[in-house]
Amino acid sequence: MSTSDPVLAVSGLWANYGATPILQGVDIEIGKGEIVGLIGRNGVGKTTTMRCLIGLLRATAGSIRVLGQDLTGQPADAFARLGIGYIPQGREVFPRMTVAENLTVGELIGGPKGKKQPDLVYQYFPRLAERRYQLAGTMSGGEQQQLAIGRALIGNPALMLLDEPSEGIQPSIVQMICEALKSIRNELGTTILFVEQNLDTILAISERCYVMEKGRITAEIPPGGVTSEAVRGHLSI
Amino acid sequence: MLYQFADVFAFLILSAAGLAIVFGMMGVINMAHGEFIMCGAYVTVGLVHAGFPLPLAQLCGTLAAGVIGVIVEMAIVRKFYTRPLDSLLATWGLSLVVTQGMLILVGSSVAGIGTPPGSFAVGDYTFSVYRLVLFAGALAALGFVYLIFMRTKFGVHARATMQNAKMARALGVPVGRVYALSFGIGAGLAGLCGALYAPTMTLIPTMGATFIVESFVTVVVGGSNVLLGTAPAGILLAAVRTSLNAWHGQIIGQIGMLIAVILIIRILPEGISGFLTRKQR
Repeated sequence: MSTSDPVLAVSGLWANYGATPILQGVDIEIGKGEIVGLIGRNGVGKTTTMRCLIGLLRATAGSIRVLGQDLTGQPADAFARLGIGYIPQGREVFPRMTVAENLTVGELIGGPKGKKQPDLVYQYFPRLAERRYQLAGTMSGGEQQQLAIGRALIGNPALMLLDEPSEGIQPSIVQMICEALKSIRNELGTTILFVEQNLDTILAISERCYVMEKGRITAEIPPGGVTSEAVRGHLSI
Repeated sequence: MLYQFADVFAFLILSAAGLAIVFGMMGVINMAHGEFIMCGAYVTVGLVHAGFPLPLAQLCGTLAAGVIGVIVEMAIVRKFYTRPLDSLLATWGLSLVVTQGMLILVGSSVAGIGTPPGSFAVGDYTFSVYRLVLFAGALAALGFVYLIFMRTKFGVHARATMQNAKMARALGVPVGRVYALSFGIGAGLAGLCGALYAPTMTLIPTMGATFIVESFVTVVVGGSNVLLGTAPAGILLAAVRTSLNAWHGQIIGQIGMLIAVILIIRILPEGISGFLTRKQR
């Protein structure tokens, strides 16, 4: 895709939970500004991959390079400061802090010298501006998801990792979030990798897909090939 | 009566604030809390003997305890975050070592410095001005905690870490540094307590124990949130104690306060702040 280093280059990644190997040699390469889906059935290691990519789970073998820098074995805060915005499954906003305070934490992404863009967050998600001083734990699931995305976006990340952004959220909000993500990429050139099970969401935003099975990437859907049939085939819905 | 209340309130708040921060932030039960108080007191008295004015000596005592707190966190407490019982044991061990070490090094007691003079009269009673200073100190400590944790970036990062350490780390919070600083602030507040009470009491290496019952009791009643818990717990317990003191003397006051504590944790097992946050949701 790009002439320079890929934004994310993962090779031969292995990771365990306890003694059970979950990832068994994952290879992923994503260029600047791509929107890529990571799909597959339950329990194949998609979320585990994401946790490795933000440094919350340490890989037992293989390497993770972001923007040309080797981050393998680093703690999660180092991943974030290099410019990775992580939006976890279940959103994990800080419930007893206000929306504005949640966003303040996200400003650490990209390090102290990176650009911060609170105005842009409120522009994409006006709901957050209305609820600026509300405790995050009292908001609806869709609002919390917007906050989780805004909290990553505020630090102007080079790479955003989204784990099941559509989970438990009403379709109209999912659609709005998909539009926002595409527009973020178009305006800022943000690279996006997301895990998803929902067919409509996959079709709405992914330009290509990696298919995961038993802890490994077993297939790829190339750009232009992300159709309902192709995705269904791999998810065997 | 109001004056008595302020006195007891100040004692509870000052002795508990540091402990509450360390417990609320990190879930660490700091058995060496009393020794940080002692540290603040000894540094203060030592500096006054060396010719420092009292307020400056107290400031140094507070800072010394804070700095030692940061060092203790990095050297010992850090290793035990996933093992709360072991951290209790480790800090208890530290407490014993420090107490006995002080006994060997500086002896069983140090010459005191005497309470700053000055008193005022209301009707037939005279009151010491320094007791009011202590009350002001307690309010200042609460105000300081509020400003640090609610109004600074560090405070936001610290609260995020407290609520979800993994997510905070994944957003770039240097969790280790936040823990070290919070522990330092907790230790510093303990040092402040020692520094403020140093002129009013005899300095012995086991003086931390004088504070420890009140501080633990206040933290238990308050729950894990310093701002929502410790302050109301201080008010409540001070009210109980002062009224019982007035009724039948110190001993009854102490007994009554402890009975009140037992009742409160029976009704509110998560303490006052646990009760308040649940109501909020």
